[in-house]
Amino acid sequence: MNRYAGKSVLKGVAVGRVFFYQKQDCHIEKTEVADIDGEISRFREAVSKAKEQLSALYDEALVNVGEDHAMIFDIHRMMLEDEDYLEAIEQAVGEGINAEYAVQMAQEQFAELFASMDDEYMKARAVDIKDISQRVIRILLGIPEDGVPSEEPVILVADDLTPSETVKMDKNKILAFVTVRGSSNSHTAILARSMNLPALVNTGMEPKEEWNGKVGVVDGFNGEFILEPEQEILDEMIRCKNQWVADLEALEDLKGKENVTGDGRRVDIFANIGKVNDVEAVLEADAGGIGLFRSEFLYLGRDNFPTEEEQFASYKAVLEKMGQKKVVIRTLDIGADKKVDYFHLEPEENPALGYRAIRVCLDRPEIFITQLRAIYRASAYGRASIMFPMIVSVEEVRRIKEIVEQVKGELQVEGYPMGEVELGIMVETPAAALLSEELAKEVDFFSIGTNDLTQYTLAVDRQNQKLESTCNTHHPAVLKLIEMTVKNGHKAGIWVGICGELAADTELTETFLAMGVDELSVSASSVLKVRKAVRDIT
Amino acid sequence: MKEFQYVIQDPVGLHARPAGLLVKQAAGFQSKVTIESGGKSADARKLIMLMSLGIKQGMEVTCRVDGEDEEAAVEALQKFFQENL
Repeated sequence: MNRYAGKSVLKGVAVGRVFFYQKQDCHIEKTEVADIDGEISRFREAVSKAKEQLSALYDEALVNVGEDHAMIFDIHRMMLEDEDYLEAIEQAVGEGINAEYAVQMAQEQFAELFASMDDEYMKARAVDIKDISQRVIRILLGIPEDGVPSEEPVILVADDLTPSETVKMDKNKILAFVTVRGSSNSHTAILARSMNLPALVNTGMEPKEEWNGKVGVVDGFNGEFILEPEQEILDEMIRCKNQWVADLEALEDLKGKENVTGDGRRVDIFANIGKVNDVEAVLEADAGGIGLFRSEFLYLGRDNFPTEEEQFASYKAVLEKMGQKKVVIRTLDIGADKKVDYFHLEPEENPALGYRAIRVCLDRPEIFITQLRAIYRASAYGRASIMFPMIVSVEEVRRIKEIVEQVKGELQVEGYPMGEVELGIMVETPAAALLSEELAKEVDFFSIGTNDLTQYTLAVDRQNQKLESTCNTHHPAVLKLIEMTVKNGHKAGIWVGICGELAADTELTETFLAMGVDELSVSASSVLKVRKAVRDIT
Repeated sequence: MKEFQYVIQDPVGLHARPAGLLVKQAAGFQSKVTIESGGKSADARKLIMLMSLGIKQGMEVTCRVDGEDEEAAVEALQKFFQENL
């Protein structure tokens, strides 16, 4: 038995025979050609044939894995139209070098361009160059594309896979992917996720020919590949796999179903997102809306404030994609613990209790107003709600509402269309929970942020690992504050949701429903799990 | 000649997909479109060079357009960056 650790890209388990996929990397000899014109037209024909193949692959992938993943073949086709690449090859052929060798030279030259970049994503693009070049070389040599020669589905072990290799693989013949190299940005990883197959990348192992046909296990939960497992482990992994498959099927069946308990109580299950692209996963998971759209991504990793236009474009994109579904945008929650140099925030002893979130926004209204303008302008394109983080007093909420009125008034004068926007607050400080009766009269909804609420209530730093056992998220004090907030919200006729990690804790789903919580906002991957917990309540 | 600046919002930067779309956009105009960032520049019609600029989130790019239809091209490209990057 041998164990290899790798980076897991999908939490799942596969058990089956190993197939070591070795690339028929064509070794090309350099030869001299006399008929240069003939060689150039042979090369051009190969390129146009390659482009035809790529168009066909695109169509195939469109049906099998969707447009997002199919796009890569369109990109490959465009790479084969790249002037620099084509010129480099034709120039070499023009000097009397055979086309195959000229393509291989260009492959090395252009792949090196990407391989030497410091960005992981771009490094991975060297594979694309290799993929298109090898395709042209195969055509020039008249070699057909190869696949898995096995009848029985296998665990495919490879050095790394190019996108066309990955998509060419018959999904019914693959149980899992294990690659020696590759990152979570690699095509193998991306496609494995879209095909819902367990996959490990970057295992660093040295696969051998004699592995073929041996029994292996891919444990995506623990990031492990086990070759020839002992019987005991094998039995355990088969049990895990069956459980995983059963859970998966049960959850898939829940798509399109209501979030309703056996005795008819309903709850909304929404999803949390942190960037525009996350919306796809939200829709895929069949969430009822977005309960927490963290707007920080707009501000992080840059040198200056995002403009109103930039923000508007992001909010609008999300709202449009979500259609008639609700999107709750949380205004900026940034403090000294996040590295955003252009805010010029002074280092603090205690950032969690410091100058952050709404405190920054109210102190520097110009930042706040830009964000509010962008959200209100985008509100014409969907169902936007806004919520404000770190509230501790009624005065803060009144001050916010004044600013909101001012912004709306200005936008109206400027002639921008706007939608109806609900205004709510995060209840994530004990102060807000204790004042929830008064605060409920000021807003349209509450969203309880359980992570901060727990840390502030229990006086426990979440980042401190020594305190992990003290940081009991089921602490009765926290649950009492949640219950109180829900009760006071309902008394004022507003809805109350939970958007912290606790919302996805299925041990508490029944408790939350008993309290009357109206909405649970969880990560997209937890939506169906929570739906199941709701439906299991009798 | 016209130009504009834009700060990349997309978390992965100018990755393959938008780069491909940008090439298609740029090819729709007669004007020469050059993308410049971090001291390097590339013709917006050349996909490989464009990707090799390694443009990441938060980086500022200058888009330079030169030619007869530069007005229309700048407008379209500005919109393109806002929507896709």
